[in-house]
Amino acid sequence: MSDQARKDTPQQAEFRDYCRDWLQQNRPAEPPVRLPLSPLEIMTNEQLDYLQTWQKSAYDAGLIGCDYPQAVGGGDRKDCQRIANEEMIRARTPFLPNVIGLGMAAPTVFYHGQQALKERLLPRLFSGEDIWCQGFSEPGAGSDLANVQTFAERSGDKWVINGHKVWTSLAHFAEWMILLLRTDKSHKYDGLSYFVVPIRAALGKGVTVRPLIKMTGETGFNEVIFDNLEVDDSYRLDELGKGWQVAMTTLLHERGAGELQTPRAGGMKSKSTHATNSANLIELARECVRDGKPAAADPLLRDRIMQQVIREAGLAQNQRRARVPALLDHPMRVQLQNKLLASEIAQDTAALALEVEGASASLYMGDEHAPAGGQWPLAYMNSYGMTIAAGTSEVQRNILGERVLGLPKSK
Amino acid sequence: MAQSDNFGFGEEAALLKESARKFLDDNFPTDRLHALVAGDHTPERMSDCAWEQGLWQQMVDLGWTMLAVPEDAGGVGMPLVAVAGLVEELGRAAFPCPLMATLNSTYVLAACGDTGLPALEEIAAGSAATLAITNRDGSWNVADTDVHCRDGKLSGSAWYVQDARKVSCLLVSAHSPAGLSLYWVAADAPGVTILPDAIVDLTRDQAHISFEQVEATPVSDNALAALHQAMPAIWTTLAADMVGAAEWQLQTTVEYVSTRQQFDHPLGFFQAVKHPLVDVMIQIDQSKSLVYSAACAIEEEPARALQDAHMAKASASDTAAYASGRSVQCHGGIGFTWECFAHLYFKRQKHSQMLWGDAAWHRSRLAQLLIGEVA
Repeated sequence: MSDQARKDTPQQAEFRDYCRDWLQQNRPAEPPVRLPLSPLEIMTNEQLDYLQTWQKSAYDAGLIGCDYPQAVGGGDRKDCQRIANEEMIRARTPFLPNVIGLGMAAPTVFYHGQQALKERLLPRLFSGEDIWCQGFSEPGAGSDLANVQTFAERSGDKWVINGHKVWTSLAHFAEWMILLLRTDKSHKYDGLSYFVVPIRAALGKGVTVRPLIKMTGETGFNEVIFDNLEVDDSYRLDELGKGWQVAMTTLLHERGAGELQTPRAGGMKSKSTHATNSANLIELARECVRDGKPAAADPLLRDRIMQQVIREAGLAQNQRRARVPALLDHPMRVQLQNKLLASEIAQDTAALALEVEGASASLYMGDEHAPAGGQWPLAYMNSYGMTIAAGTSEVQRNILGERVLGLPKSK
Repeated sequence: MAQSDNFGFGEEAALLKESARKFLDDNFPTDRLHALVAGDHTPERMSDCAWEQGLWQQMVDLGWTMLAVPEDAGGVGMPLVAVAGLVEELGRAAFPCPLMATLNSTYVLAACGDTGLPALEEIAAGSAATLAITNRDGSWNVADTDVHCRDGKLSGSAWYVQDARKVSCLLVSAHSPAGLSLYWVAADAPGVTILPDAIVDLTRDQAHISFEQVEATPVSDNALAALHQAMPAIWTTLAADMVGAAEWQLQTTVEYVSTRQQFDHPLGFFQAVKHPLVDVMIQIDQSKSLVYSAACAIEEEPARALQDAHMAKASASDTAAYASGRSVQCHGGIGFTWECFAHLYFKRQKHSQMLWGDAAWHRSRLAQLLIGEVA
């Protein structure tokens, strides 16, 4: 019996058994195509089709949306999404493609949308039939999110939207977008409102989605232009001018600190999955040659590899300590470090891997001689996505300094 | 083998940690430490080994020195995580006392089997002890000692002996005909001469000790095995002390930069000050998590003890260095003075960094474990 199973309520234990049986009998077939590392890097329709089929079957079996009420397409259970997640991860299923829908849009619509809207949107969100994307960032609103300028002007019982959103992952596949915009230019925070928008239906009719190419050469995220897009007032979440508060619900759930547990699956090994952690860095150092000897024999590189090993272990043990109140001086102190630490450790590990590779670090994914298929230069470049997205490392340090250490607020 | 989710840090451990913090807050605020140890500022001063023996006696009476002593030797046999919690609080107060030295001796004696029992019983009865196992070079390899034993008598010298003037007993390693062996010696035995070192750290004393034909009680003929078994606990408790001291450095610096105004703002308003202090916090948290994980592994998963303890001490050494530098720097001009308390911890941390292996040494040992010899 696993540690988690030991603490289950009778209802949870029964549900866990059910999940386990279902997953055993319904293991998804091997993917016909190479899968990307995460949903945000889905590039082809073949990848998406395979993953959507899996999400739909998991939803139909009751493993997704477990804790939401039945009326909105949920499973009406209590604290059971966690159980389904643990079992899906244990079974090494593919990941769920509708990641923004499940993690951010669903709780936001659930807490702030009108009943009819929830009943209409959430079932197809849970099943993965409708992919969702998030329209928050703009060219002039990155770390300063409340500075969004996309504007909705009232026109009868409709709204007319004009503006420009960027870094919009999955927009090229998405039916729906959660959209933070401005309805009043005279108040920074209180002038914000929040909508859900059917962007796919409006392609070419007020919505343009253009891929943004990442520095790695990969696609995956987009810019979205609104040009006089008309939407119904029933697509507004919560009251006018409450957009910032609604956005906080979204961000709280994005950071895993919300009421509703996000459905999560994953762990299936695919050929393209190459973990870029310190254990793989050690393997790389054994293979790469430096001065006629394995790089793993170089005392300076050994020292720096150990620094990364220790930081990774520290992060893992932080997660463990976060659950021991007697060893925490401040309840949020350790949790709030996770994103910052994980992204910076990954970045430094990848940077060190390139040093270990030496001359061969110049070889990229298209080169047959590239160590580890060119994954390390890719990981190094992609690591900047992690230290910039969802609150840059600099913003994270402000949050930690102000909320945990109680230092004076910086402008 | 599965370890406890909570490091095995239970209610008793939490109570001990809390009561230690309260005891030290009530009885030994930092101004008292400064008044006690910072009397003579001249760089050429001799260490005067000032300490509060009355408070120490209260700690002994509270049973803190027998916590780690196994129950069959009359001690409490508390798990290492609980002891680490206590030591973290002592580090936070930078309290000058021979607790760490006594704990170190306890862990080595406990690794000696039955022959360690008589000495452990003395510790359980309130005696303080320290390890005399380091050579003139200050080697961190436990096999290196400059003491020899012939015909049951010790000769030679031991160096970098911690808190030597605060203890009544010495646990000495010496080369004997049987190999590297351990001996139990009274600190005031005939032929023992304690020669104090003039050290930077004001919160500790340190000495080299000469042995001339000293009668000694043999404890173990297999010192190497006992020392190797005990070192992870020694590194881990020292790292706990350093984490506690670093937390003091962080909190007092945060307090200072929140009140001191320049350019019409408190210093902590500026990100050039705020962000490094956040980095100090992050490093402390990593080290602290690694300390409790190592302490748990030593009790619950011995196969991981060595590597986890190397990680804890390596991490704590880097954290101590960074926290010390930032605490003095962020205090600005006042931080550079003798009057400011920051230097007391700065010096204690520097001493701890080098004690029982610095960060690079522990990482090189860790690399031996995780990568191994590569031709």
